[in-house]
Amino acid sequence: MSSKNETIAAISTPPGAGGIGVIRISGSRAFEILKQIFKPHDPSCSFRSHQLYYGHIIAPGLSGKNTIVDEVLAVFMRAPKTYTREDVVEIHGHGNFLLLQSILELLLRYPVRLADPGEFTKRAFLNGRIDLTKAEAVIDLLSARTRKGIELAQGQLSGNLYDRVDSIRKALMHMRAIVEVAIDFPDEDLEIINHKELGQQLESKVRVPLALLLRNAEQGKIFREGITVVIAGLPNVGKSSLLNTLLQEERALVTAIPGTTRDTIEEYVDIEGMPVRIIDTAGIRENAEEVEELGIKRAKEQISQADLVLFMIDLAKGISNADLELFHSIRHKQVILVANKMDLLPTEAQNLSEFQKHTLALMQISAKKQQGISELKQAIFNAVVGNREQWEEGGCAPNLRHKDALTRAYTASKRVLDGLQTGITSDLLAIDLQECLAELDAIIGVTSTEDILDLIFQQFCLGK
Amino acid sequence: MEKDTAAISQRLLNNYDVVVIGAGHAGCEAALAAARMGCKTLVAVINVDTIGAMSCNPAIGGLAKGHLVREIDALGGEMGRNIDATSIQFRRLNTSKGPAVRSSRAQADRLLYRLRMKSILENQENLEIRQTVVDSLLVEDGRICGLITSLEEEIRVRAVVVATGTFLNGLIHVGLKNFPAGRMGDSPSTSLARWFKETGFRVGRMKTGTVPRIAANSIDYSELEIQHSDQPPAHFSFNSAGDYVLPQRPCYITYTNPQTHAIIRAGIDKSPMYAGIIEGIGARYCPSIEDKVMRFPEKERHQVFLEPEGLDTTEVYPNGLPTSLPLATQVAMLQSIKGLEQVRVIRPGYAIEYDYVDPLELKPSLETKRIRGLFLAGQINGTSGYEEAAAQGLMAAINAVHHVRNQEPLILDRSQAYIGVLIDDLVTCGTKEPYRLFTSRAEYRLLLREDNADTRLCQIGHDIGLLDDQAYQKYRGKQTAIEQGVLLLESIPVRPDKATNEVLFALGSVDLKQKMTLAELLRRPELGLAELARLPLDVETQNRVLQLAESAVRDEIQLQIKFHGYIQRQQEQVDRFKKMEALALPEDFEYKGLAGLSNEVVQKLSTVRPLSLGQASRISGITPAAISILQVHLKKMAKKI
Repeated sequence: MSSKNETIAAISTPPGAGGIGVIRISGSRAFEILKQIFKPHDPSCSFRSHQLYYGHIIAPGLSGKNTIVDEVLAVFMRAPKTYTREDVVEIHGHGNFLLLQSILELLLRYPVRLADPGEFTKRAFLNGRIDLTKAEAVIDLLSARTRKGIELAQGQLSGNLYDRVDSIRKALMHMRAIVEVAIDFPDEDLEIINHKELGQQLESKVRVPLALLLRNAEQGKIFREGITVVIAGLPNVGKSSLLNTLLQEERALVTAIPGTTRDTIEEYVDIEGMPVRIIDTAGIRENAEEVEELGIKRAKEQISQADLVLFMIDLAKGISNADLELFHSIRHKQVILVANKMDLLPTEAQNLSEFQKHTLALMQISAKKQQGISELKQAIFNAVVGNREQWEEGGCAPNLRHKDALTRAYTASKRVLDGLQTGITSDLLAIDLQECLAELDAIIGVTSTEDILDLIFQQFCLGK
Repeated sequence: MEKDTAAISQRLLNNYDVVVIGAGHAGCEAALAAARMGCKTLVAVINVDTIGAMSCNPAIGGLAKGHLVREIDALGGEMGRNIDATSIQFRRLNTSKGPAVRSSRAQADRLLYRLRMKSILENQENLEIRQTVVDSLLVEDGRICGLITSLEEEIRVRAVVVATGTFLNGLIHVGLKNFPAGRMGDSPSTSLARWFKETGFRVGRMKTGTVPRIAANSIDYSELEIQHSDQPPAHFSFNSAGDYVLPQRPCYITYTNPQTHAIIRAGIDKSPMYAGIIEGIGARYCPSIEDKVMRFPEKERHQVFLEPEGLDTTEVYPNGLPTSLPLATQVAMLQSIKGLEQVRVIRPGYAIEYDYVDPLELKPSLETKRIRGLFLAGQINGTSGYEEAAAQGLMAAINAVHHVRNQEPLILDRSQAYIGVLIDDLVTCGTKEPYRLFTSRAEYRLLLREDNADTRLCQIGHDIGLLDDQAYQKYRGKQTAIEQGVLLLESIPVRPDKATNEVLFALGSVDLKQKMTLAELLRRPELGLAELARLPLDVETQNRVLQLAESAVRDEIQLQIKFHGYIQRQQEQVDRFKKMEALALPEDFEYKGLAGLSNEVVQKLSTVRPLSLGQASRISGITPAAISILQVHLKKMAKKI
């Protein structure tokens, strides 16, 4: 029986600054999924059970190119000699919560769902792994975790999020009532809106609010866990000076000799309450000395993982082909172009159009004289969070569980929309609507079958 | 000596395996099923002339109800054949709304419907009919053992199916007048109602109503919208041939108007509903006309279908106008409606209140939890509708027979049949109003279609000895044809060559870019089997596809292939559902004192006594956390035993 269980996953180490963090996956598909996201250092490794392997967690990028999420140790443990007596995979990554969260989010793209509170232990018990005398302890654990989970959820859901999810739910229920009444009462003299109007309602009352909630979910994550900004550019364009200015303290070693920063340096700054991890990279240039090579390699990795790149150029030196080449290699990222040394060349009218096409903003600063810094901070905030008013109107931070459900609801709503446009039949439309509704029901913890009948009887005069 | 012989033969005579009380739609199916499965069966009815009577509208089917009739038929029940033989109008509903929600509906000749049903009962082997009133049931050691009639006969029995409809303490209202009756013209059953209360069953009151019957020769049809029968008429039964269909009759449509509504409002103080005389709860989906007018004052008109009651009668059923207003108000209201200006009322509309037993008293087998061998079916369980009643009658009888034979009960689940949805809803959630089935109550609607009721249930019907061999062979043949058809289409590749693409272009379909099977091509909405037959295939294949396109299983094959994606998704949901259903909870499970469960949860579980964790999870207020905890307790107990 256990072999058919759904596969579940969760971060199994407590949040905080631990050295390593463990993600546990349990269920019949655990191994198959590990093989898809884990690239072992030794590609020919045979994944022997209960043996740790070194490698990287990779995420398929939009362009089909993979990006590295984290450097990890992974172990596959074949049932039944595991904690749950199911196939279990553990991924030992860095203790950084943000990284662990990214790995978990990556997992949820596969047929895996988030484990319920206490679910690993429950499975361990049901599969006979835990002694029966411990049953009461398992029950205590389940009910305690569930209570805590409910409190947490209620805290999360109090007010705004609850109301917003509920109003989307109500809109969907209303739409389903319309579809259902037409199905179950075909001979009635009813005025029922057509599919075109339903499509408009879906867009304005379901898809737009759902998209906004999802964006808030992203933003909420940003506010809790911060974002990563990388300062990139050729050697000696003022990257370390900028970091220092942002930190307002001497942290990076600043000299006039190109290539002084030999490794990456990272610091946290607070921009409008958002924790921002700023990484100063070694200046990237070709023909670097051997000692620098490692730093440059790391810089490239850092850039690939950054939420935002500040690409610096030195106006005093003018724009070189090396600048253009480097820019070309990073322009797929979110980039703010930072033109340094405006104090030296305040009226310089350089041709920056080649850059501007691919950047979010062009900021002229003087790192040394601290000019244009507050504008730059504002630009960073806007680039990450977007329109501030929109965020404040959202005013809530759904957690990963919510985000997962919201994402699936959004996907289902797309099927409804496609269905309305291609004119699929009502029975199929109802299936897609119901799937969308069920995701939102799960967030609030209700079901809506009987409610839809209530809605039908309230709104329509029936009874042929 | 002679006296002894008489006594013995009397006792033999009064000894049955199964007694069915009542011969409405539930009672008829129950009696036939028990007898056909080989049990010595008696059906006890207050008035033999009303066997199979349609007390309300003269129609069978409609959404979800048509599905039920097909399911009853697939299991070996009678309703489908009976309506096919006595229908005077057939319609397929929702033909444009998708395969899952297409449904059949038929107008019956009310008289012929009940006469045919009565004759089927009369000619059924193992079945006896008696006109008698059952006053009370006899119980020994928590097990049913007999019953006493109003003439003080004692009948010994091993199982009883009670299908008394609206007869338990029936009370009819017309205006402010009321009188005891089971239906208009028949006496109610009061002693049996008392027995249920005294035995401790939780009993409530419900209310339903019907329309006045009017005379066709007093109606002016000339200006009214007409609704004809479908041509050719479809059939309910998988085993009806087309040759015995009666002449078809149309229905007409008219509407109430502001004047009608004014008349109703003026008479509302004499409505027993609004005067507070009726205490029973009515159904929201079947309101009286006075309810519609009072609750939706902004609606300027309500639709009325004028349905013929039969071929040889002038009585017409004005569907949409159930009422318990005083007779004079009924007449005035009717005569304000277009086409009915001169109408004469033959029988008044009325409301009826009756006792029902809380369906939470029942197990999913429809056996009562209190008394073994006692089964309830139909309106006594708080349902409404002929089809809902018939479905329960059939299942109650099957399980009564299984009880007599010490066999496991037959319980259909929510993924197998609407019958399963109906009974599971009743015994898990109970009901506060007369319960009617809707397709929206089914989670796996795409799998529970009218067209595949045989695929879902014929095997079961045959296995339990109810579906006859002939019907079963027909079903097997159809299954084979479908399977072979699908296999054929999945095995034939089509190449993306010029000739193929020219045909596709002509059919309004896009070019083929790579090799595909015929089945894959059939998923395109614009292509059907007939279109596929036009592709440049080899002659033999072409002929076989053409044969499929013209065969009786065409729709089935197209449906299975075209809706493959959605069907697959629903099937995955069903697999998850089945896993929870498979986790059995013992009937005598002691919920009290279980760690981790709240008092409220314990209370609900103790009342419903679900048979599986799946069923438990559908009780309102039982959280997933409670189910988790229950699962741990179950495991613990299983190990101890």
